[in-house]
Amino acid sequence: MSDFLRSYLTVAILGGAAFLLVGGLLGLGRLIRPRRPQPQKYIPYESGVDPVGTGWSQSQIRYYVFALLFVLFDVEAVFIFPWAVRLEELALFGLVEMIVFIVILALGLVYAWRKGVLRWV
Amino acid sequence: MLALSYPVETAIKMGAVLAVIPVGALILVYVFLFKMMSHMQSRLGPMEAGFHGTLQPVVEGVKFLQKEDLIPNGADRRIFALAPLVVIIATFLIYAVIPAGPDLVISNLDVGVFYALAVGSLSVLGVLMAGWASANKYSLLGSLRAAGQLIAYELPLVLAVVGVVIQAGTMSLSGIVEAQAEGEIFGFGGIGNPYILTQFIGFALFVVSSQAELTQAPFDMPIAESELVAGYMTEYSGFRFLFFFIGEFATAFALSAIAATLFLGGWYFPGLGTDGALANLAGPIVLMGKIMLMAFFIFWMRFTYPRLREDQLQTFAWKWLIPISLVNIAVTGVLKVAF
Repeated sequence: MSDFLRSYLTVAILGGAAFLLVGGLLGLGRLIRPRRPQPQKYIPYESGVDPVGTGWSQSQIRYYVFALLFVLFDVEAVFIFPWAVRLEELALFGLVEMIVFIVILALGLVYAWRKGVLRWV
Repeated sequence: MLALSYPVETAIKMGAVLAVIPVGALILVYVFLFKMMSHMQSRLGPMEAGFHGTLQPVVEGVKFLQKEDLIPNGADRRIFALAPLVVIIATFLIYAVIPAGPDLVISNLDVGVFYALAVGSLSVLGVLMAGWASANKYSLLGSLRAAGQLIAYELPLVLAVVGVVIQAGTMSLSGIVEAQAEGEIFGFGGIGNPYILTQFIGFALFVVSSQAELTQAPFDMPIAESELVAGYMTEYSGFRFLFFFIGEFATAFALSAIAATLFLGGWYFPGLGTDGALANLAGPIVLMGKIMLMAFFIFWMRFTYPRLREDQLQTFAWKWLIPISLVNIAVTGVLKVAF
């Protein structure tokens, strides 16, 4: 197995070990903890009064547009990282290209800003 | 370093890291949450269990182990049970790439810091799962706030790291530590070149964003107790609650370690060299010292500042931090090419 695959195998083993540890602790808790069901215990908490309506009530998500902007900029970040590693070799050419890229994306942010997307409504 | 076979070496590493993470998180809980906060508020904090209450975190853990595990009516039971596991396993995975010495790293991935940030952001999924599955209004609002906050501050966090990657020319955390150890400040190489000196804007961005990623005050709207009881954790009890709690502090420990590695030189201490037994022995102690320094700063902010409003939080991220981090990348790139 190559070193590259092996380094990721180690990460996968860490994930498995963490899962075993957490699952083991939950299992231990199951053995130790008491279980005395009473109907009142299973009412969703709503500051002490009986819950009104369902817990999955409608609410206005005011920042869903931010999530769309986030996708845009997250992809940008993914593009920037390989460039950042190789900047020494790419030198001036890479720098100019990336600054053009960043400026275009910054223009997108300015556009969203002007359109009032970043304003709290 | 001794030449061990892969299974033996991996087993030792797993044992070490699974011991270090909970202990590290409990040290942060005791030193900062129990003691430092108390002393900042002119009280003593826990004093009964052990010397000056040192065993209090253990007592709390045992207490949670004995608590009943309640799942409210109407909850999506399977998702509800799974959510804390997602959060805490995502946290464990961050530790895979943090080097504690020249050879003391679980897996020295080439994409190190990128991997750490990617895995770290997985915990948002767990938070959303917890909030949705609880079928509780407070939980739902809390998890939506958490999601909005974590995506807003993910960007400055990631973009702040780019400056360091440009300077070091590698994404591997071990490589970044070595680049700092071998760096020179205007031709003087005595103490290396910790990137906090050249990337102080990136450092400030990183600290502020990690504060928000940790949902700590002044960015603690997702779990604002005066508005949302406990946010997405409201319906959790017993051990599953403890997993969220430990996960928060283990993430604080991990982000402090990453900040210490990226900006403060990681395990490197001037004069101890970059390889050999001495660096391997001293590395974990040096790194721990730097982690405590970073964590002290993060918790100091937490205990000092009042909570922001949700719109102030979003404005701060999108109109200040992200433009500043883009400019920081451009300036760092120009300086790297110019010199």
